[in-house]
Parts: sequence; structure tokens; C-alpha cells
Amino acid sequence: MTAPAGTVPVGPGATQPPSPVLEPRRRARMIQLPRSPKILVGLGLALFFVLLAIIGPLVAPDDPNASSSTTIGTPLPPSGAHWLGTTKVQQDILSQMLVGGRSTIVVSILAGAIATVLAVLFGVSAGYFGGWIDDLLSMLANVFLVMPALPLLIVIFGFLSRTTSPNDVLIGLVIALTGWAYGARVLRAQTLSMRNRDYIESARLIGERSWRIMMFEILPNLVPIVATSFLFTVIYGVGTYAALSFLGVISVSHWSWGTILYWAQSDQAAQQLRPEWWWFLPPGLALGLFGAALALLNFGIDEFINPRLRLAGLTGRRARRAGLPTRPRLGLTPVLKPARPGDDLVGTGEGAR
Amino acid sequence: MIARRIGLYVVTAFVAITVNFFIPHLMPGNPVLTLIGKMRSQVTPQTIAALELQYGVDTKTGLWGQYTHYWYELLHGNLGTSLSGYPASVGSLIRGALPWTIGLVGVATILSFVLGTLIGVLAAWRRGSWLDNLLPSLTFFQAVPYFFLAILAGALFATKLGWFPQSQPYDTTLLDPGLTWDFISSVLDHAVLPALTIVLASVAGWIFTMRNVMITTMDEDYVLIAEAKGLPRRRVVAYAARNAILPSVSSFSLAIGFIVSGALLTEIVFSYSGIGFLLLQAVTNEDYPLIQGIFLIITFAVLGANLIADFVYAFLDPRTRQEG
Repeated sequence: MTAPAGTVPVGPGATQPPSPVLEPRRRARMIQLPRSPKILVGLGLALFFVLLAIIGPLVAPDDPNASSSTTIGTPLPPSGAHWLGTTKVQQDILSQMLVGGRSTIVVSILAGAIATVLAVLFGVSAGYFGGWIDDLLSMLANVFLVMPALPLLIVIFGFLSRTTSPNDVLIGLVIALTGWAYGARVLRAQTLSMRNRDYIESARLIGERSWRIMMFEILPNLVPIVATSFLFTVIYGVGTYAALSFLGVISVSHWSWGTILYWAQSDQAAQQLRPEWWWFLPPGLALGLFGAALALLNFGIDEFINPRLRLAGLTGRRARRAGLPTRPRLGLTPVLKPARPGDDLVGTGEGAR
Repeated sequence: MIARRIGLYVVTAFVAITVNFFIPHLMPGNPVLTLIGKMRSQVTPQTIAALELQYGVDTKTGLWGQYTHYWYELLHGNLGTSLSGYPASVGSLIRGALPWTIGLVGVATILSFVLGTLIGVLAAWRRGSWLDNLLPSLTFFQAVPYFFLAILAGALFATKLGWFPQSQPYDTTLLDPGLTWDFISSVLDHAVLPALTIVLASVAGWIFTMRNVMITTMDEDYVLIAEAKGLPRRRVVAYAARNAILPSVSSFSLAIGFIVSGALLTEIVFSYSGIGFLLLQAVTNEDYPLIQGIFLIITFAVLGANLIADFVYAFLDPRTRQEG
């Protein structure tokens, strides 16, 4: 669902290492992300969710499966006893959210991490070696790109879940197997553009081994793209895991945000005369916010890779104050004036560096 | 270029079919018994016999023989027999559901692509306007699962406001399918909410891709020249847009898989009797032949959509045509 996000085709040379900057203090920091509100909000939200994953199950007030069957068949709205209300069988939704949050976040981050490792491995070596290795790996990546992942995962999990009980590591691994191809393709293209640069050539002449050139000469220049591809795959993992548990392919007693939605949907929580919003809203919003946080971070990295996009931070009001035309003329990239201390544009100015 | 892509699609189809065959075989034991292992309903001996025939299990030919037999059946259009809907064949069940999905997803995808691309052009052209402030909030719609949007839309527009029907592709209690005005309007009425959900969830991606590429394109020299020549701004933007749209079209292959997956879940929420709804029934009934058949059909549909996108790309970008 997040398909074309960050699919800005990055032209050759777009990820050259940050050009030597004048101030040595700044040069020390290798990657300085633009400090736009987008990034700060994204970072804050992402940290919040990671924290939630760590402490969530520890602070959950109830067992997510325990039902205190006082009233039968009607979910209770939020109250002092149950902050997020209860399900139809009187399970505490807050506890389900907290316990399910860990599973959701662990699976998605794991899927993102494994897929990124695969993408780097396949993408960089395809781009660096070329020849039949490239042909083979590219073909493999393209096959995985074109094959619709969700139906494939449903088939796999359909058979898998009957032999093994659900387990976050396994789920993350299987999702990663379907999610690495996009990153690999982007990394391959970028490696290809870098392979014949002079410094790589000289490293080869010195006699550095291939893996060393790939890992220490090429990879550091790909860091922003690797980061984008990681975030992208985590978003993919969130959506896919939620979809699989919503469908009930992964055991419906294995709590995740998608599982809560599965139960809400199977009990028609949204179709009641008075929709039981406390049941389906929290898991959906949490999924959306976690994904949005990662997408916002991705935005920031995109702007880091492609400085032209950065102007987006320049709102009409700010531009007028800085004396810039609000509607940039075609064919020209408007450049911000170098920021002066105390200037309102400091934040954007840093980013535009 | 097209020939190369077709080669890729053939390989992909081959991989999909092979995976489909081997997954049940990877599980320990007899694949047919694995298939029906946890069936809740009564399994008749005929079902088992039909499945064994389909997978070629009892023919004493070994795995390779079973595999070729599976291909033989597939090439004759035989996707097997549904377990839950016995004796209905998987093929007939899918044939009944497929038109609904193709209609819904096709229209919604085209709508979202056109809308997203136009908004993307506008956002790139008017940088710094209110549109830019709107963009970050779109990430939420991009990140939220389709089915959650569908649940929300259903709760709001169908249950609360009662503007649109909640479920099913048409009013099944009153109408029979046919080319009558009542039927068509009922179909359209029922399609609004699912289509709206799919468009809302997928439009953000097109907007971002188009906007980002457009911004880069508008810095090209030829755009500057067009501007300097005194072409009307509208024309200049149109020239830039035609070039900027290429990455959007080429990222179609990536997006379509996501959109189809999301659309399947949207159908489930709205009980829209397409492939997605069928898939849910197959999953709940553990009807593995049906699940596998649906996987193959979806794969082929996505490959077909990709092929169309490739032709559009070749039409838009003359460079790809010269090669062939």
C-alpha cells in the first residue's frame, strides 16, 4: 500500500558523500539529517512505538485472553476499569493493544532488518560483479517484485501454521523473504553507477578483495538508500503482518493489532447501529501512525538524498518573509539564502546545506 | 524491451506455479492428506480421489511425474476441486468472482493513478502552497491498512450516515443480474465505498512519486528553454509532466501487487463477492486447493496488468521502442 513511496529514481551520483563542508565541526557528523518538523515528528512517534514494544506487555493491566464475563455479548465502552473498553467477551482491549503492539513491531522491524540485509547482499553484489551473477540476481529480484506477495504469503502461512505454532521470528523471516526485492533493485542500480568510479578502480588496483570493496568502499555511500529501503520494508512488514492476521491466516489467538481487527470485524463491531469504535479504532490508528512515522522519516531521507525536494519545507509565509518568490519560476531551483544566526530560516537553511 | 519483460513474466508464472505445487509437498506426509488434514467438514472419498488425481499422487510416478502431471492439468485449465464447495471446481468458483474484482480494482486503480498523477503535477508546480502542507498528512492514508480504511468508511458512510450500502456488490434480495437500469445502478451504488477506499489508500503513493520526479524534471534544461521560448506555462508543465510520468508508470509493477492485495482485503470488509471474499472463505474453511487456485489467478492478473503497463511505457517513451 505504500508502494511508490520513496521511489524517487535516484540518478547516478545522487549519493555522493556529503561534499566537504567548510566547518570542520559539521564534517565530523557523517550524516546530518535535515531537522525538519517532519523528521522530528516521525522520529518521536517511532521512538514512542518502539518503547511501547519494549514495555507494553509488562505494563498491560490484564491478560489479553482473560474474559471477565459480567455482561454477555455486548462490548463495553471505555471506563475506569477498562481504559479502552472491552471486546464482546469482555477482554480488556488496552491489554490486547499493549501485548499485540510488541508482536506487531517486533515482526515488522525484524522483517525490515532481514529484508535489508538480503537486499544489500543481493543488490550490491549484483551491481558490483555484473555479468551472469547480475543477470541471475536481477531476474530473481524481478520475479519477487512482480509476484503478488500477500497471496503467496497466505499460501505459505496456510500450510506453515498447521505444522508450527505462530512465532514472531519465523513470521518476520517469511515476510522478509517476500520483501527484499525492491531494495535490492535500487541498491543494484546505485552500485552500478559507482562501480567504475576512480576510487573504486584504485582500490581494485591496490588489490583489495571484492567483499572489502563492496562493504567498505561502496556500502558507506549507499547508507541513505539502505536506510530508505529499511524503513520501506518495515512499513511493508507492518501492513503485511496486519493483513495476514486480519485474514486469520496466522493463528487468531496470537495477539497483534491485526488480530484485534480480525475479532472486531468478525463480530461486526463497525456495522452495529452504534459502532463500537473503541474496538476497531485503536489498532487501526496505531497501525497507521506507526507506518506514518516511518514514512515521515523516509521523507526526510529522501530530501537528504535529493536536495531539490527540500524546498518543500519552505512555506509561502516563510518564503515571503525571506523575500523569495512564492511561486518559483520553472527551470530554476530557488536557493535559500545562507542562514544567519537568529534568522527564522535557520532550520530550513541547515537542511538546504 | 517488451520481449525481455515478457520473458520475465513467463519465468515468474513458472516460479509461481512451481511454488504452488511444492508447498504442500514440502510438508511431511501425503500432500493430499495434508491438504484435507484439518478439514472440519466431512471429506468424501470422491474428494480425496479427485485431489489425488489432480496432484497425481497415486500414480506411482514419483515427484517429477506428479509435477508434470500437475502442469498437464493446469494447461488444460483444471485448477482442481474445491474442498469446501465440493463438487464445484476451483475454476468455476473463481470465474464467478473474478469479474467483480476486475471491475472494482480496475476502475479504482485507474482512477487513483490519474487523480494522483494530476495532484502530483499540481503539487510540484505550486510548491510552497497549501498542497505541500497537505502532503505529510497523506502519509497516514498511505500507511494505514486498506482494510482499516474500509472499516472506517463502512462505519461512517454506511452505518452512521446511511448514504451507501454496507455490503455485497449489488442488492441480492431484490435484483437478479441482468442488463437493466436497476441492476446497473445498484452495482454502481454498492461499488462507491469499496472503490473510494481503494482510491484513498493508493492515491498518496502516486502523488509522491509524481511530485518528486516532477520537481526534478522541472529543473531540466529543456524546460528552461521551453520557458525561455515563451511557451505558455500550461504547455511547459505538460511537457515536463509527460517526461516525469515515466517513473510512475515503471513503478506500476511494484504498486499493482500492493493495490491488488489491499483491494482483496477491502472486498472482505464490504462482503463484496469478488476474489478477496472468496479467498477469505477459502482461508476460513481451510480450502487449500481454492487458496492455491486464487494465488495463481491473482499472479496471472498482476502479470497481465504489468504487461499493459509495459506497453503504455513503450508508447510514452520512444527510446524503449527504438531498441526493438
